Amino acid sequence: MRNMPTFRGVDYLHLESLLNEQELLVRNTARDFVEKDVLPQIRECYRDGRFPHDLIRKMGDLGFYGANLEGYGCAGMSNVEYGLLMQELERGDSGVRSFCSVQGALVMYPILTYGSEEHKQRWLPALQKGEAIGCFGLTEPGFGSNPAGMTTTARQDGADWILNGEKTWITNGTLADVALVWARSPEGIRGFLVEKGTKGYSSSDIHGKMSMRASVTSSLVLSDCRLPASAMLPGAQGLKSPLSCLTQARYGIGWGVVGAAMECYETARHYSTVRKQFDNRPIASHQLVQEKLADMITELTKAQLLALHCGRLKDQGKLEPAHVSMLKRNNVRAALDIARTSRDLLGANGIMDEYPIMRHMCNLETVKTYEGTDHIHTLVLGERVTGVAAYK
Amino acid sequence: MKILVAIKQVPSRDSQLKVSSSGRWMEDADLSAEINEPDAYALEEALQLKEKHGGEVVALCAGPARASQTIREALAKGADRAVHVEEEDLGRFDLLGVAQLLAKAAAEVKPDLILTGLQSDDLGYGQTGVILAELLGLPHSTIIMQVEKTEAGIRVKRELEDGWFQHMTMPLPAVLTIQSGINKLRYATLMGIKKAKTKEVKQLSADGLGVTAAPKVSLERVYMPQRAKQTTLLPGTAKEQAAKLAEILKFEVRVL
Ligand SMILES: Cc1cc2nc3c(=O)[nH]c(=O)nc-3n(C[C@H](O)[C@H](O)[C@H](O)COP(=O)(O)OP(=O)(O)OC[C@H]3O[C@@H](n4cnc5c(N)ncnc54)[C@H](O)[C@@H]3O)c2cc1C
Repeated sequence: MRNMPTFRGVDYLHLESLLNEQELLVRNTARDFVEKDVLPQIRECYRDGRFPHDLIRKMGDLGFYGANLEGYGCAGMSNVEYGLLMQELERGDSGVRSFCSVQGALVMYPILTYGSEEHKQRWLPALQKGEAIGCFGLTEPGFGSNPAGMTTTARQDGADWILNGEKTWITNGTLADVALVWARSPEGIRGFLVEKGTKGYSSSDIHGKMSMRASVTSSLVLSDCRLPASAMLPGAQGLKSPLSCLTQARYGIGWGVVGAAMECYETARHYSTVRKQFDNRPIASHQLVQEKLADMITELTKAQLLALHCGRLKDQGKLEPAHVSMLKRNNVRAALDIARTSRDLLGANGIMDEYPIMRHMCNLETVKTYEGTDHIHTLVLGERVTGVAAYK
Repeated sequence: MKILVAIKQVPSRDSQLKVSSSGRWMEDADLSAEINEPDAYALEEALQLKEKHGGEVVALCAGPARASQTIREALAKGADRAVHVEEEDLGRFDLLGVAQLLAKAAAEVKPDLILTGLQSDDLGYGQTGVILAELLGLPHSTIIMQVEKTEAGIRVKRELEDGWFQHMTMPLPAVLTIQSGINKLRYATLMGIKKAKTKEVKQLSADGLGVTAAPKVSLERVYMPQRAKQTTLLPGTAKEQAAKLAEILKFEVRVL
């Protein structure tokens, strides 16, 4: 990016004063990391459609995976600290944040919450360090928004389980040493830890993405895949288990997209002060441009407040899934609007990968869809305030 | 080896500075602050020396209550404990006064080696470390780029002008002022940040140390550099103009 000053965050309402010393240190570490290790390479990665592999171990060493979990080497951060981490990572790229979300919220969290002691010992320290990579297989070709309809099956054969089915759109699928696969068993939906190399389990990457290009997205196939009884997470039963994982990840997304929005807004704000049109005046001096900036900073600040408040609620144990739906829905919408408006303000330059905006904008299209589409969260809110479910 | 590192909190680089109403300092209430850059390298050097040779790293900071953020960062990166000489208005002291505060506090720690930054990003005197050494009666060396432990003491590499370096051996205890950019700064890991909370920070005060502010040097006025836009037309043929331009870029603007 040309001549951008050092990123100092976007803080219109002195929200930084609501953060304590430790929270600021966590944010600074993450911001520094993104500045030095992510931004210098992310444009190339995005162009080439590859994940920046060198980050995997580095993020592990820094304690980024499962940062808000306790024990097994995890950093034991608060949920606000974890949120700030997600914000800074996604300021770099949604794909990097997704990697961390999947590893921590969708793989480590369920192992910690629903796994046996053996599962925890085996996987958590390795996942925490980034020595092992995990993925989360819920979505199927026929069942996205409605995972309750999943057709992947798990049937018992003696002491073993036999899995059959297909999962798709799975972040980190081909990278994963362990896949957490959700399948329908006679006793309801259960979660299975499927290790790379298991007979009957294969994965392949999905190509042609115009979004999340610096992230690996894959399909998983389970074809008479035989697993020992010990592969099943003993504590997870019913759809509420995978949904509880999604609540963790969505919470992080609610913060993450604020980071993407900050980067877009700040790029556009700065650009508007240096780009001159009509009588050699910076475009920032035109009222229509100012209106856009005023709208953006207002929405961005509201999103920051929502994220922080939800974080404080989560730390008090008061954050409910329907709250997280509001956070995810509002903040992704706001971020996407800010990305689009920022793109607009850069004119033709806005479509170039020399600036981060188009990349963030494309990424946010995925973020709008995954972890519950905007519509689905709308229906959650609708149900919450009316008591009437409108999914069907 | 017990290493004491003096760290200072300064306004973040690229801050939007405003001169305060007194005209003697800047409005810093709303400025974000960070560790003085050369001090960050001094801390890193100390941590690396400890990793190689064992011992302890103690961070020493004189500054207001808000400097606890910078102290916490040093602890998060791996300093074992810290000493905070809490003084809301360090501006009451001149550089001798600040060095006295640091010297008194340092004397209690009894370190084998003291590292400071070469200079501070805000005042830029480049003197504090040197005066500190004098007050403690210790040998010192400035603008240090490399520190190696030897049998009898240390061997250091100093930066001189014009790409020249000087290698020296020194006995311990000693004071070194460290140049920026000499090593690769580590990040504070999340585990380190968590652990920092449990580490000891000893609180001292100017009164407690018996140092009174009696400045012999005072800062009279700070002001923004006058920005004058100048246009120079270079006369002569294209060739002469190009030669002159190259000269200006090389020696005045110094971008070549
Ligand atoms: C890059 C990427 C990474 C992903 N990573 C993972 C992963 O790691 N693990 C995983 O399991 N999944 C993952 N997903 C899948 C993601 O969660 C699904 O795409 C998402 O749940 C939506 O499902 P779908 O794509 O099948 O869309 P559909 O469910 O077919 O929805 C299409 C449209 O119909 C709307 N719609 C559907 N039902 C309703 C309704 N009842 N009311 C109103 N509107 C409705 C939706 O809102 C949407 O607008 C990923 C997706 C992407 C793009």
